[in-house]
Amino acid sequence: MIKKYLLYAFLSVTSVITLIPFIWMLGASFMFDGKASVFPPIFLPDPFTFTQYQILFERLNVWRNFFNSLILSSMVTVLYITFTSMAGYAFAKYRFRGKKFLFNLLLSSMIIPSQVTMLPLFLLLKSMGFINTYMAIIIPGLANIFGIFLIRQYCISIPDSLIEAARMDGATDFQIYRKVILPLAVPILVTLAIFSFLGTWNDFLWPLIALTDDSMYTLPVALANLMLEHTKDPELMMAGSVVTVIPVIIVFLALQKYYIKGIMMGSVKE
Amino acid sequence: MKIKNNINAAYFFLAPALSAIFIFFFIPVIAAFIMSFTDFDIYALGDLSTVRFIGINNYLKLFDDPLFYTALQNTFYFVIMAGPLSIAVSLGAALLLNSKLVKYKAIFRLSYFIPVVTTLVAVAIVWRFIYHPKFGIINYILSLVGIAPIDWLGDTATAMPAIVLMSVWKSFGYNMIIFIAGLQNIPEDLYEAASIEGATGWQKFRSITLPMLAPTTIFISLITMIGYFQFFAEPYIMTQGGPLNSTLSIVQYMYQEGFKWWNMGYSASIAFVFFFIILLGTIIQLKIQKSTE
Repeated sequence: MIKKYLLYAFLSVTSVITLIPFIWMLGASFMFDGKASVFPPIFLPDPFTFTQYQILFERLNVWRNFFNSLILSSMVTVLYITFTSMAGYAFAKYRFRGKKFLFNLLLSSMIIPSQVTMLPLFLLLKSMGFINTYMAIIIPGLANIFGIFLIRQYCISIPDSLIEAARMDGATDFQIYRKVILPLAVPILVTLAIFSFLGTWNDFLWPLIALTDDSMYTLPVALANLMLEHTKDPELMMAGSVVTVIPVIIVFLALQKYYIKGIMMGSVKE
Repeated sequence: MKIKNNINAAYFFLAPALSAIFIFFFIPVIAAFIMSFTDFDIYALGDLSTVRFIGINNYLKLFDDPLFYTALQNTFYFVIMAGPLSIAVSLGAALLLNSKLVKYKAIFRLSYFIPVVTTLVAVAIVWRFIYHPKFGIINYILSLVGIAPIDWLGDTATAMPAIVLMSVWKSFGYNMIIFIAGLQNIPEDLYEAASIEGATGWQKFRSITLPMLAPTTIFISLITMIGYFQFFAEPYIMTQGGPLNSTLSIVQYMYQEGFKWWNMGYSASIAFVFFFIILLGTIIQLKIQKSTE
């Protein structure tokens, strides 16, 4: 019994410690200037104010960056799911020349870190006139090998008889993909959609390189930039952090089952 | 596979993703490799004809560059400190959450996991203030036990450990989930048999849990190492690589050379050394995995 209570006490204390940065962030974001820079630190805003959010959205136009992040993350996710699901399905259910070679080539390229591609990718997109446009973020996010791999694994478990039956009914290849495969693959598609959405939303290095104008920045880049000018305004910076973090927490809470499953699937691939 | 095969359909499905990967991933990798043997710089951005092949000069220069060694050293220091610490914390959390005594696991799991999904830039900013020498929460807690304020991010001795602590907090939840999955795959009767023979909890942990978790642990070590090796936003936000370059990371150095000073040829050579180290680390881990099987 005592062991059980000790365990609960330990879990509760460590959970609260883990969440303290968020609790302080949220509290400080509702404080007036200077209220968060006190010793000892306080967590509850008194008085409570929306001033920081007003400055953020009205004076600093952070809503632009919020919409950039939202639109880019959504667009990348839709295209990414379309591209990778088609390729993953083809690798799972079609025979074609060079399939094994192609697949192994892709698999072994998963080890190449994306940072290696960034210099030439920048030059390539620059020559296409895409730097500092949405295209600069969308194009590198269209497809990745990990997604193709995960969808292929999932599609392999779909029985061939379902595809055969649809073909007997006169369905075309595209109709089979659209009407048979996609509905069955919804769980894995949701998983990958969360990865893609959160990945694009949270990404920092590439947007920092590819977007060069305040009005084009995604939230993390805008926030990093703001930090340089407002090092002494914790209240304002915390409001910015809340705006950046809340949407991902909402997406995660709504779909956490799929996210957790995705981590486990990624981990058993070896 | 018995399904009727339509080659054209296969190519139709593959074309979008594979052409995107080919044009915007494979070609840039090859181009980066070629670039690393050139003197591609800010003038080349305006006029490509100024680019010259300079053989392995970039690599030679790199091995004579004290700042590169600093970045390399910092990166290894970070990986070697944060990696094992993060794995230990995630294993501990997984063991606690896997205990049969605990109910409401979902709530605890959720609070440990939230840092993983949140935006790194945003939480790095939060931690910057948590480490504040005058008002920060960490120094406040330390003051309760009589420790004088520490300028965590402003001191070369403490800046990297501070970033390590923040990074472990940010990512242990991810590995915890994988460990929980690994723990649930260990057959229950192994523990029952051990209990009948009178094994203690610690003995069971040593001779059942740890060996059965070995493949999971190797996988986690690999992804943790690769992930931490690429750290960039943490020092960029919290210290700008300072003080005195004590937190400058490899990716940050690559970014500075390539996109701040536009020494893109030189930066490409940093990228390839970086890639080579990751490749080497992966091969070593896979060798270890083979030998444990």
